[in-house]
Amino acid sequence: MNPQEVSRDVVELFERQFGDRVTIVGATAGIPTVEVQPAHWLEVCRALRDEEAFSYEQLTDLCGVDYLGFGQDEWETEGATSGGFSRGVEGLGPGRFDWASRPESEHIEQRFAVVVHLISLRHNQRLRLRTFAQDEGMPVLPSLVDLWTAADWYEREAFDLFGIVFEGHPDLRRILTDYGFTGHPFRKDFPLVGNVTVRYDAQKKRVVYEPVEIEPRVLVPRVLRNDSRYKTDEIDLEADARAEDQASEAGS
Amino acid sequence: MAEIQNYTMNFGPQHPAAHGVLRLVLEMDGETVMRVDPHVGLLHRATEKLAESKPFNQSIGYMDRLDYVSMMCNEHAYVRAIEQLLGIEPPPRAQYIRTMFDEITRVRNHLMWVGSNGLDLGAMTVFIYAFREREMCMDMYEAVSGARMHATYYRPGGVYRDLPDQMPVYQETQWTKGKDLKRKNEWREGTLLDFIEAFAKDLPSKIDEYETLLTDNRIWKQRTVGIGVVSPERALQHGFTGPMLRGSGVEWDLRKKQPYAMYDQMDFDIPVGVAGDCYDRYLVRIEEMRESAKIILQCVKWLKENPGHVMLKNFKVIPPTREEMKDDMEALIHHFKLFTEGYCVPEGETYAAVEAPKGEFGCYLLSDGANKPFRVHLRAPGFAHLASMDEITRGHMLADVPAMIGTFDLVFGEVDR
Repeated sequence: MNPQEVSRDVVELFERQFGDRVTIVGATAGIPTVEVQPAHWLEVCRALRDEEAFSYEQLTDLCGVDYLGFGQDEWETEGATSGGFSRGVEGLGPGRFDWASRPESEHIEQRFAVVVHLISLRHNQRLRLRTFAQDEGMPVLPSLVDLWTAADWYEREAFDLFGIVFEGHPDLRRILTDYGFTGHPFRKDFPLVGNVTVRYDAQKKRVVYEPVEIEPRVLVPRVLRNDSRYKTDEIDLEADARAEDQASEAGS
Repeated sequence: MAEIQNYTMNFGPQHPAAHGVLRLVLEMDGETVMRVDPHVGLLHRATEKLAESKPFNQSIGYMDRLDYVSMMCNEHAYVRAIEQLLGIEPPPRAQYIRTMFDEITRVRNHLMWVGSNGLDLGAMTVFIYAFREREMCMDMYEAVSGARMHATYYRPGGVYRDLPDQMPVYQETQWTKGKDLKRKNEWREGTLLDFIEAFAKDLPSKIDEYETLLTDNRIWKQRTVGIGVVSPERALQHGFTGPMLRGSGVEWDLRKKQPYAMYDQMDFDIPVGVAGDCYDRYLVRIEEMRESAKIILQCVKWLKENPGHVMLKNFKVIPPTREEMKDDMEALIHHFKLFTEGYCVPEGETYAAVEAPKGEFGCYLLSDGANKPFRVHLRAPGFAHLASMDEITRGHMLADVPAMIGTFDLVFGEVDR
């Protein structure tokens, strides 16, 4: 990550207000990312809404994230390639398994997170908050509905797709998936092809549920490259400038 | 006397006024709505999960299919998120093209909205009028991308190709010939920019026509004035954005407050409502179309004067052209790598938002350094708006429910994702 420098004022402001209950991780495009300890989630959010210096009046977005398999690839990019093409098709990454062969999820320390985007209209400032649910088997977090009404459906969505339970939510039902759906489809150990299909059976004269018949298939393996090749360097900028010149000459 | 009980009524999911596949479970006391429980998700396609399984560029087409009435604005949010993480900035001509097409999209969306909302509330004529102009916006999409709706035109680093020099013309057919054909091709003699200019100059007069039909129409006002009133405080609490927020009198528009593309170079105004009811939101949207026409004309002027390239020349992210590929070994390798593997985006997370016609369309992108996103979350304005349905519709009559669905400007592609 190339975190842009978060301005000193912002860091100081957060430190003065919250101490070690929050950690500023970085910033992209002017939006600071702040990690909040789950025990202080509600209290920090309330202060962010009510304190004059913050006054984040609106919750723009809330979503769940499943960190299972974060930073894992399926394609060896360093060293010799004696394995040939098979290394690309025998991966175990997302999308490559079906319901029966879904992986036993390994234990990872911090698996489920909730990411919230707040906006302050008064200061014209956005903020990103993240908190990790403690128990990966039964992730529970306090609900933000009492602070921002907008959190209502977003929390239902995060519950539906990730199975994160929001304590204090008045109406925590599934929202996007089908009536009677099992599992939480956006978890990384849920198959991309799903588990059941639904169709109308002309003989039975009703809708029937059947196991999926789609073969899991991934066309492009997941590759991680941390070398410098994707950096926009000066050579590229020069090439851009040259192309710009040529185009304007051609146009004039 | 027998005790009168509330009864539950089902609305949709197959109902012409449900704008797609919305199911509402209404608790009624006579004709009065006591509680609304919207059931969404009937169009859920797991776009975000699909995006996790393929390289970044392959998901641009999915963005069109979210809010399928304002396609290019969705692409813009997604593409901007990628650009922010890669740290690249498209050339100015691409930025102007994006600004122009964002506004064409806004006009296109609002035309659809004014037409279908009119239809829901019993004003048939305006629908036919609005679709006459909307057809031309589709032609603009087609001229530039080849597709009338799902354009996949914006790419990280610019737009797919430059504007065409020739606007396609209608051919003579059995039904269109002579004077008709000439009238249809009147604006199409020159380039695409000439066509867009003629369209944008003419648009205000067409908007006057819609306003003659609706603005002072007694029935229209009876159906919209004082219906679905939202206070500014509640609008913020509900996460309202776009015309829904501005209809309640909050001056907030990302194009002004957090400008992106070339909006800081544009001269335009932000219409704001007063009462926060359906009628004010209608007025806001109508005014927005007039402002869009202004922006489009400013972009056309700049684009006519300033030729240039519309894509970066960074082969690590942007594929080389066919000519370059056949000329240069290195370009060929880049092309191969980009189309078999894609590009890796540095580890990090970002949130890019655009002022889509319906409100703030945002894309939260989390990358772990791979050639595929680790997590994408699309913040659809309609989702937040529909969530407020229960609170706002309570106490209204049953006939006001379609008016509310209309005023939210719902499209289920984006609500259900």
